Amino acid sequence: MIANYGYKDGSGDYFIAIDTDKCDGCKDCVSACPYGVLDVGPDQNDPLSDNEVAFVTEAERKKIKYTCAPCKPMTNRPPLPCIASCKQKAISHSW
Amino acid sequence: MVEQQRTELWRWTESRWMNPDLDWRGKLITSGIDVGSVSSQAVILTDGELYAYSNMRTGVDSPDSAMKAINWAMENTGLTLKDLAYTVGTGYGRVNVPFSQRAITEIACHARGGNFMYGPTVRTILDMGGQDCKAIHCDEKGKVTNFLMNDKCAAGTGRGMEVFADLLGVSINDVGDLSLQVDKEPPPVSSTCVVYAKTEATGLLREGWPKNKVLAAYCSAMAHRIMTLLERIGVEEDFAITGGIAKNKGVVTRLEKEVGIPIMKTKYDTQIAGAIGAALFAKALLEKTKK
Repeated sequence: MIANYGYKDGSGDYFIAIDTDKCDGCKDCVSACPYGVLDVGPDQNDPLSDNEVAFVTEAERKKIKYTCAPCKPMTNRPPLPCIASCKQKAISHSW
Repeated sequence: MVEQQRTELWRWTESRWMNPDLDWRGKLITSGIDVGSVSSQAVILTDGELYAYSNMRTGVDSPDSAMKAINWAMENTGLTLKDLAYTVGTGYGRVNVPFSQRAITEIACHARGGNFMYGPTVRTILDMGGQDCKAIHCDEKGKVTNFLMNDKCAAGTGRGMEVFADLLGVSINDVGDLSLQVDKEPPPVSSTCVVYAKTEATGLLREGWPKNKVLAAYCSAMAHRIMTLLERIGVEEDFAITGGIAKNKGVVTRLEKEVGIPIMKTKYDTQIAGAIGAALFAKALLEKTKK
């Protein structure tokens, strides 16, 4: 499942997509994110599965444009810590 | 004495349905309660078959709304809360359903419910709810394969439509039909935000636009806005719309034109998709624990 967390408002699209088929629940992204945007737990959108997967925390879903901003400078943008930490390449950002 | 007049044009019709041919006695009864931002639904299934449902407005108190919905669905059936073997709550108020055993996200429930209502061929479900909008892809079993939800902004949702019905003095049930009574499609209102769109519409009315033309402009802006959201995950056939806005022909017809794929029809009330999904999950979870 591709889980798109985030929102679209007047200023643009802000979505973090997590491919739960690739995600193995290793929690590398949880410790890599400096702002606690990601967490790992039971798949909320697949209640019949017992696998643990990464998701964007409820508290951050509506403000990732701002929370993620420090990792996204306008120039010389380094690789995002969450994406770089994911060995399964399960995370992507829309902006 | 001051005379006060109060009209509630945004008030949509609440409904209740029961299958008179089914008898619940001796069967496995599961229920799903969808406490949404605007409406609450309760669905009762007997052995996985739709037995009864209710669809009403959510009040300020989520537990109370859940109780009211289930009590209305159980009315004159002889059922009591004790007869419900398993109840799943979903929607915004899902953790506030006092008699439920589990809360499941509306994403999962809408996919499952959509699969039940529209059949296994449905691949894209667009839920246009009271305060959010969800685009969901699912497989033939109703399992979510891709989803996107926007609940930060109320543009393109039922709440926005309520605001417009109120502004134009048109009953919310008539908005869709009225908006289609235009000779030429007017340009959509330029803003997607409900508040700005309302300001713009007021301006258009002052310019002398008739109500139906303003409604057409808003419905088409809404359809366009939803389309941009849908484009992110794409539309796969078959395509179905659930939620309250699915009953608004003005938005649905325009969206159908933009997407270019026919929208599936159903004999069920489009607002109960989430609650049906919850009740189906209740059955599945009960069977899973018994194994």
